Amino acid sequence: MSGHVVPVKIYVAVFVSLIFLTALTTAVAYVDMGKFNLVAALAIAVAKMLLVILFFMHVKYSPTLTKVVIVAAFVWLGIMVTLTLSDELTRNWGVKVTGWSMILPHLRGLF
Amino acid sequence: MTVHAVHGEHPPGFAHQFEEVEQQREAVNLGMWLFLATEIMFFGGLFMGYIVYRSHFPGAFDDGSHLLNIKFGSTNTAVLIASSLTMALAIHSAQVGKKKPQILFLILTMILGALFLFLKFNFEWRADYHEHLIPGFGFRGDPHVQMFFCFYFFMTGLHALHMIVGIGILIVLTIMAARGRFNEHYYAPLENTGLYWHFVDIIWIFLFPLLYLAGGRYPIPGVTH
Repeated sequence: MSGHVVPVKIYVAVFVSLIFLTALTTAVAYVDMGKFNLVAALAIAVAKMLLVILFFMHVKYSPTLTKVVIVAAFVWLGIMVTLTLSDELTRNWGVKVTGWSMILPHLRGLF
Repeated sequence: MTVHAVHGEHPPGFAHQFEEVEQQREAVNLGMWLFLATEIMFFGGLFMGYIVYRSHFPGAFDDGSHLLNIKFGSTNTAVLIASSLTMALAIHSAQVGKKKPQILFLILTMILGALFLFLKFNFEWRADYHEHLIPGFGFRGDPHVQMFFCFYFFMTGLHALHMIVGIGILIVLTIMAARGRFNEHYYAPLENTGLYWHFVDIIWIFLFPLLYLAGGRYPIPGVTH
C-alpha cells in the first residue's frame, strides 16, 4: 500500500464543484459590479485552484514538507508581485524632477 | 545498509537508496513540486506583466477582453476540468491496481486535451485572425488594446505549448500502462504527470477570468462591440 487512495466519489464531487464555479464566474461577469467584477472573478479562480491542488493533486494528504514547498512557491510569487507593484504604482508620487534639469536653472547664470 | 539493498528483493520500480516505498513516493512527489514551483515563477512573470500593463491601461484591457468570445473560453475551461478528472481517475485506477481503466482514462485525457487545442487553434485563433486581432500590421484598434492581445496570445500560446508537451508525455504513459508497468506499488510517472497536467489546468483557471471576464460582460450604455 503506497499513497492515499482518494475515493472516486470525492473526485466527482470536486469535478462538479469546478464546473459549477466555472458557470458561476461566467454568470457573475454579466452583472455590473464595477471593480468588484475583477475581485469576484479572482476569488472564484482561487477557490477553483484550491480544489484542484487539495484533491486532484492530493496535497490534502501530502506530507508537511511538500505543503511547505508549495506555500513557499506562492510566497515567492507574492514577493515578485509586491516588489514590482511597489515600484510601478509609486512612480508618480512627489514632484517629477529628473536628472540635469534639476540643476540647469542654477547653472545658467554662471556661464 | 538495510536488507532491501540486496538486488532481487525490491518491489518493481523501487530504488535501493530509499528506506521504504512510501519514502520514495514522497521524495518523487517533492521533486515534482519543486519543478512546478519554477513553473509558477515562469508563468508568474507573464502574470506580473499583465498586472502592470492592466494597471496602466485598464480601459484598453477591458476593451480587449470584450473582443474575445466567451463561449470558447468557458467551453475550453469545462473541457480542461474534465481532462483533469480523467487524469485523476487514471491514477486512481493504478492505485487500486486496475489496468484497463488506467489506459481508458489516459486516452480520454489525451482526447480532451486535444479537443481543447483543436477548439483553440482551429476555431478561436482562426476567428481572431479573421477579425484582425493578431498584433502586428493590420491590427484593428489602438496600441494599448494591441498590448492586451500580445499578452493574450503569448499566455494562451505558452499554455497551449505546455498542453502539447503534456499530451506527448501521456502518449508515452499510455504505452507504459499498456505494457503493465504501473500497479498499486509503482505509479510515480503517472502521479507526476498528473501533477503537471493539473498545474496546466490551474494556469487556465486563472487565464480564463483574467483574459475573458476581467472587464465584465454586461452591456455598457452607449457602447457597442
